[in-house]
Amino acid sequence: MMGGYGDVQLLNEDGSRLDGRKVDEMRPVSIEAGILPAADGSAMVTQGLNVAVAAVYGPMEAHPRKIQRQDRAVIDVRYNMAPFSTSDRIRPGFNRRSREISKVTAEALESVVLVERYPRSKIRVEIEILAAEAGTRCAGITAAAVALADAGIPMRDLIVGVASGKIEDTVVLDLDKAEDNYGQADLPVGILPNTGEIAFLQMDGDLSPDEYNLAMEYNFKAAKEIHEIMVDALQRRYQGGEA
Amino acid sequence: MSQGQTGAEQRLVTPGMTIGSSTGKRAGSGIIAENETFVATQLGWLREINNTVSIDPIHAAYMPRSGDLIVGNVAEVRNNLWFMDINGAFQGLLPMSLAPWKVEFGAARQHMDVGNVVLARVQEVDECHNVVLTMKGVGLRRLNQGTVESIPVQHIDRVRGENNATLQRLRDACDCRIMVGENGRIWIDGEPEGITWARKALQMVASDGHTKAFEAILADMEQEQKLKGDA
Repeated sequence: MMGGYGDVQLLNEDGSRLDGRKVDEMRPVSIEAGILPAADGSAMVTQGLNVAVAAVYGPMEAHPRKIQRQDRAVIDVRYNMAPFSTSDRIRPGFNRRSREISKVTAEALESVVLVERYPRSKIRVEIEILAAEAGTRCAGITAAAVALADAGIPMRDLIVGVASGKIEDTVVLDLDKAEDNYGQADLPVGILPNTGEIAFLQMDGDLSPDEYNLAMEYNFKAAKEIHEIMVDALQRRYQGGEA
Repeated sequence: MSQGQTGAEQRLVTPGMTIGSSTGKRAGSGIIAENETFVATQLGWLREINNTVSIDPIHAAYMPRSGDLIVGNVAEVRNNLWFMDINGAFQGLLPMSLAPWKVEFGAARQHMDVGNVVLARVQEVDECHNVVLTMKGVGLRRLNQGTVESIPVQHIDRVRGENNATLQRLRDACDCRIMVGENGRIWIDGEPEGITWARKALQMVASDGHTKAFEAILADMEQEQKLKGDA
């Protein structure tokens, strides 16, 4: 049965996807830490054609004062897509989507950062999407986690953003643009790989319980792989100065 | 499975990395104990001294503690107090009662204005990060000459060395007065050539102080400076 919209065929006859990947294969991921000298911590994540840059500043005094919390720090996330990040120019500035992603990202990060160490403070996280090809919120979360670690912010774990979805009634890992646009469901999650906890979960479309379980299985498997790349990026940056 | 390891060899650990069993050991800075296992919370070098496992962070913000000697900049002046930029998340507050002069209400600006640099001590830090500074104490004063060099806070110990050995070598080599603030700011006063050398040496100590090549580099720099002085 054709499960997408119109006549778009998202799976080849041999079961592979349009870009040749298997259903449980993610796009190639590369991560670089410490790319922005002015930031306290920074990282760039490339996942397929996605390019996400994250910069972390702080902890600093939280302004305006009404946002201060006497017992913990607040995490101020600003997710933004560059006007040139997609084929159609995006109008610069905040919009409904970027506000939503900023909010959910901040909540995901607050659950891993030891915010109680810095009362009344603010940790500023800027996520800039330079190129977008579906899955930018996940790439942004991954970049933010590496940037936070690079800035020396104490955290319980390195959170990883990954997504699975459903195309043509088949659960697949890491949707690309066509699969995201014409597929049936998208399940982005933020996973803490060492503890197996989920810090963030959204679902667009419908998945049966079995499909959901399979999608989460793919997500956990991918999270482990991305986590290794994150650790490697941090170690590569600093191992050069090892005694 | 333990990804990091304790012992003589230093290992770079990342947040969330399992260090090993917590049995019989204490968790130091950068480490939390979960289910009898140590977990790293910061990016840094793993260290175990006297049964305490801790992390030397690669990046860290200055967290003021009572008694710290700091180099501060006056950021704001009120009628009866000064706000100091102490290179931390929050400004420090210096009330006129803790200044080394007798200050009349409304005359704070006559003693110190925005941009002045001071050597002060942290008097008190409360749980909400309110920092009170004092300038009452031996050697605490407004710094009218010299220059201030900033280095990352976590590298201050490298500049001092064991029993201030490295710091003394730097002082001797450049013939300058050097005061190290816990907040990553270092005051240097002396001849311009000496100050230039000291600034270069401080940055080198901060970046390479933990490497095997450090001793040789510092010795070369000292020799170079000595030859300049002899010439």
